[in-house]
Amino acid sequence: MSVVPVPGERPSARFLLLNGIFAENPVFRLALSLCPAVAVTTSVINGFTLGIAVLAVQVLSSVSVALTRQWIHPKVRIPVYTIIIAVWVSVIDMTLAAFAPAVYAQVGLYIKLIVAFAIIISRLEVFASRQPLIPTFWDGLGMGLGFMLALVVISAFRELLGNGSLAGIRLVAFKPLLFFALPAGGFFSIALLMAFMNAMERRITGHSSSGGGGGHA
Amino acid sequence: MRDPRRLGLDLLLLVIITLIAWMTALAGSAHAADVIQAARVMTPDHVVIRFATPPGTLDPANFRFCEAKAPDVPFVIRSAELRDDGRVLLTVAGRLDPAGSYVLETHDPPARKAVHPAPWALLLSIAMSAALINNFVFTRYLGLCIFFGVSKKRDTAIGMGITFTAVMIFTAMLSWALFTWVMVPLQLRFLQILVFIGVVAFVVQFLDTMLRKTHADLHRKWGIYLMLITTNCIILAVPLLNAASNAGPADALALAVGSGVGFALALFLMSCAREKVELARVPESFKGLPIAFALAGLFALAFMGFSGLSFLR
Repeated sequence: MSVVPVPGERPSARFLLLNGIFAENPVFRLALSLCPAVAVTTSVINGFTLGIAVLAVQVLSSVSVALTRQWIHPKVRIPVYTIIIAVWVSVIDMTLAAFAPAVYAQVGLYIKLIVAFAIIISRLEVFASRQPLIPTFWDGLGMGLGFMLALVVISAFRELLGNGSLAGIRLVAFKPLLFFALPAGGFFSIALLMAFMNAMERRITGHSSSGGGGGHA
Repeated sequence: MRDPRRLGLDLLLLVIITLIAWMTALAGSAHAADVIQAARVMTPDHVVIRFATPPGTLDPANFRFCEAKAPDVPFVIRSAELRDDGRVLLTVAGRLDPAGSYVLETHDPPARKAVHPAPWALLLSIAMSAALINNFVFTRYLGLCIFFGVSKKRDTAIGMGITFTAVMIFTAMLSWALFTWVMVPLQLRFLQILVFIGVVAFVVQFLDTMLRKTHADLHRKWGIYLMLITTNCIILAVPLLNAASNAGPADALALAVGSGVGFALALFLMSCAREKVELARVPESFKGLPIAFALAGLFALAFMGFSGLSFLR
């Protein structure tokens, strides 16, 4: 299921982008970095903001690793990757705090926690440490976009059902199901969406790969 | 190399001296507040006062009650009444925080008393809140990756829970010390992400090496969990929360213990439930992670029941 790059073969930009969005979607397929996927998805704005932040951190740290790889000794690569990610997270954290203080007040803690997101470091380890700059950029962009789209889908689902609105705009007149805005509703929403993805995959390909790797790291 | 027994004796002596100093301080403070023996905030808007001798008058103007931080802005006192048990019940306008500190004064007889919850109650409520009411997994959604990854078997869940709590306490205290004594004085708050993740990595690596050299059998059993902890968001969230709230050492410790125990509890409960689900007939599309998420949702619903729990009345 995972695309471990074959040396000598250059995957195209289009392939890498679509791979991140569909085949290896970080949230729905790889089941990585789930914490924020439940935590901030009570409204589309929050989900989108965190998605953008992760996208930026993923692309920037992937590119940084691809550029500096030749000076990083393989034995200390994990600490070095962590430091690179932490630096970029600090940058994004301060940028958002300065330019979007209202949203930052709600998702601030989770922005800082991007440091511990498994998806970013796993892409650095699997992809950015072995591939040239250009494919690394597209891979980071694809993964970031996949993560962002997943967050937007989950938060749209929850905001519509739990609040009757989308991105703050009131859409439906029914009494909203408060349940979906509650913590418990977040878990159920992801369960439903994952099951839906599995069902669609089974219908299209005829066999199942049974929902994500099993939630590691 | 010092004799470990000697070290233990020194520590014991230190604890005894601290205890004696503390008791003396307590006795002194009790002596100073002679007229008002005790006062306690009762939510939402009551204060219960125990006097040594009954106050001269129960006129609300006889009492003055304000926040310790804002001594110039007293609360409006609606009524003061004598209860059957001889204590005085003040009713103030506005909501009182059971965890806040206030100052109570009476004019007749002239007296003054600081009103705050007992330290142990405050710490217990921080720990309890982190473990149950605001459980990091079920209401703050942190540490989910490990939560779903390690909760398949009960044994691994217990192992992870214990290791995690231990590492959490180490990390939180080390981060707290670094933050309070190094980063704040040097104006380096903006480096907190970098420093805290470094502390986590350092503690994990340190414990791993220590355990391998000193207790090889223990390392064989718990070692694998240690490495996983690095990618757990909770371990990073607790130092960040402590830094954001300018917590004291006891508060930081209480939050660390509470979050560790809360995570261990969540893991244990979840692993018990998942072992049962293994035997159930789950719809094809829900197999694996989706059903685990639905289970976590049920637990989250159940944990909402703790929201009324409090030690501070």
